Amino acid sequence: MKKAPKTIDDILASYPPHPQNLISLLQDVQTKFNYISTEHLALICDYVGIPVTRAWSVATFYKSFSLEPRGEHEIKVCLGTTCHLKGANRLLEACERALGVAPGGTTPDLYLTLDTVKCVGACAEAPVVMVDQDYLGRASISSLKKQLKRR
Amino acid sequence: MKKIKNAAELQVLRQRLLAAQDPEQPVVRVCLGPGCLALGAEKVGQAFKSAIRSKKIKAKVQPLIKETGCHGFCSQGTLVSLSPANLFYVRVRPDDVAEIVETSLAQGKTVERLLYQDNGTSYRSAEEIPFYRAQQKIILKKVGVIDPRDINDALLAGAYQSLSKTLTELSPDEVLRTVEVSGLRGRGGGGFPTGYKWRRAVDNARKNPGPVYVIANGEEGDPGAFMDRAIMEGDPHAVLEGMIIGGYALGANQGFLYVRHEYPIAIHHLSIALQQARALGLLGKNILGSGFNFDLQINRGAGAYVCGEETAIIASLEGRVGEPRTRPPFPAQEGLWGRPTIINNVETWANIAHIIERGAEWYTQLGVPQSTGTKIFSLVGKVKNSGLVEVPMGISLTRLVEEIGGGVPGQPRFKAVQTGGPSGGIIPYESKEPFTDYHYHPSDSIPGRKEISVDFDSMAQTGSIMGGGGMIVMDDHDCVVDVARYFLNFLQEESCGKCLPCRLGLKGMLEFLDCFTRGQGAPEDIDALESLGRALVDGSLCGLGRAAPNPVLTSIRYFRDEYLAHIVEHKCPAGVCRDLITYSIDPEICNGCGLCAEDCPGACISGKKKKAYAINAAACIRCGTCQAVCPVDAVRVA
Repeated sequence: MKKAPKTIDDILASYPPHPQNLISLLQDVQTKFNYISTEHLALICDYVGIPVTRAWSVATFYKSFSLEPRGEHEIKVCLGTTCHLKGANRLLEACERALGVAPGGTTPDLYLTLDTVKCVGACAEAPVVMVDQDYLGRASISSLKKQLKRR
Repeated sequence: MKKIKNAAELQVLRQRLLAAQDPEQPVVRVCLGPGCLALGAEKVGQAFKSAIRSKKIKAKVQPLIKETGCHGFCSQGTLVSLSPANLFYVRVRPDDVAEIVETSLAQGKTVERLLYQDNGTSYRSAEEIPFYRAQQKIILKKVGVIDPRDINDALLAGAYQSLSKTLTELSPDEVLRTVEVSGLRGRGGGGFPTGYKWRRAVDNARKNPGPVYVIANGEEGDPGAFMDRAIMEGDPHAVLEGMIIGGYALGANQGFLYVRHEYPIAIHHLSIALQQARALGLLGKNILGSGFNFDLQINRGAGAYVCGEETAIIASLEGRVGEPRTRPPFPAQEGLWGRPTIINNVETWANIAHIIERGAEWYTQLGVPQSTGTKIFSLVGKVKNSGLVEVPMGISLTRLVEEIGGGVPGQPRFKAVQTGGPSGGIIPYESKEPFTDYHYHPSDSIPGRKEISVDFDSMAQTGSIMGGGGMIVMDDHDCVVDVARYFLNFLQEESCGKCLPCRLGLKGMLEFLDCFTRGQGAPEDIDALESLGRALVDGSLCGLGRAAPNPVLTSIRYFRDEYLAHIVEHKCPAGVCRDLITYSIDPEICNGCGLCAEDCPGACISGKKKKAYAINAAACIRCGTCQAVCPVDAVRVA
């Protein structure tokens, strides 16, 4: 397996400098640094040879990219159809009230980001909430509170 | 791992693996599929591993613990199967593991309480259970059986036998012919004849020599669908093998697995599969000594439903925003970097090896004439048995929901089934206009009733589509107007924005639905909404916009009365639309515990301990918290 990249230079060097690699580069930066800073965006553009506007367009088009720093932990409430039928909206509202942030927002101490996702593919256990990489099926406010206490 | 140099060496390896198997060795298969994983299956797997380590069972051969893909019966998770005892345990929690190890593995006895029970009957093994009996697992056969992270396990189960047959016995044209004759149609929702598409690409490549590409569409964006996720996670080699065979038939040497960002485990398992296949020489140069070179790479999606569309995937692979483009030219003519490209859904690719193994004739015997083969469905929502099922096409919708799904808990029948995701529609249990002109089954149980056949064309006749396989069952507590609004909201957010009918049209349609769910609007607005919907069908650039009106149009077609109840009577019969419902506490049932008042975010519940509490309807924001926390189910919604 390739070693995990350490710096932005490592990330850039792992792809040929070609515009078709823009998305992969943005993905690796997002994974490594938790968001895409304007500096890193500029470095990527210089590397693959495209204008910043084009990279900006791509970075704002796809939902997995964040141009703002994200929290250390992420809660993603699934809003897929099945989860919607099983009360995901109410679960999301309860999370908003408990954390004091709107979906997409991060707590001021950068500890938690609350977000939504449209289907994680665990539909038989709706409503589903993801806490970092863990799936919480048949989620309720109480089971979510238990999960949050552990982080 | 040593590279396999030819077909004979592959057989030798397989024979060696088979010979090393001990049929008496107990194998515990813990389901780590999407459903069970969300119920804590990882901890069950870990508990088994540490229990085996510490218990030191007195047996010649120690039990083997395999973490597998989806066993399918998600609502009964976590699922654990034991062989050779052929025991099937359900609802297994980490605390149950010690007992299973002691009772079943050490003593060879059954833990009765962990068997699946229904209607007074206990089922020892999976194949006896009604949920499984009506299914026919071909594509899912290895899922739940093999360890997806070990290519040897896949080889043992027969992986790459079809590739070997292809490279030693068949010409590219013979493979192409086989796929054409099989009648295989795209499993991602389009239902386009696969062989026909492949033939176009081959013809175009002949006119325009140069690279040809194959792509697996793993951007399974339909909410409610996880068929492809289960295949990619549970039997990744099925996809690889299909693509290598496809590459051979099409003259492609490079393929791409486009996997959605929201499926990290699928990406992980496919990565391992690629590495292991390369190490064995099943990918790369001179595969099995045939002279055929082919390799694959994984490209992650970045969070865009529209990238489930063929030309949007191509745009994404080229590093651009996922905006579809007009067709023609179709990808088979001009696709990735302008070259002939074949994009097929993951499940479609997973069908290829089976068709090669057993032949096109065999495949045409499955399903119905215009929809051959089996289809995997995710049967979810308000249904007793939810999970992943594989059935031959042509089964009746009612049989799928009632016999396999076990029906709707607490209600005699389903209200509707939502199929095909946001591009699909809402099919009612019965409609005032009879279902005619469809392939139909005479009902087994209701004289004179015609059942809808689940196949591409019959489903299309209802106004919905079969789609990728998501089947979301709705009951009387689900509001059709709310669901129509939900899909419009979804699609409006996911629209790429390139073409006006979709970009503005969806916004306009959503405004109508926002009004309706608030009890506003007039009956004429329903007609205006239908008209606007038809404009999107006619004018949109791609399938997202063209199919976007389907949920709305089918909901109006079959449930106009429910729309009128919202608009004219300002009522939501299902008790869902927030502006039209009131929460109250039934004083006969309330035990005065006060939990609702404690948790009420609006502080609008009052009462005294041990006496019935009451909600101030004027201040109530209808958040539902009181109903969720009430221990005696005293909260009413009307």
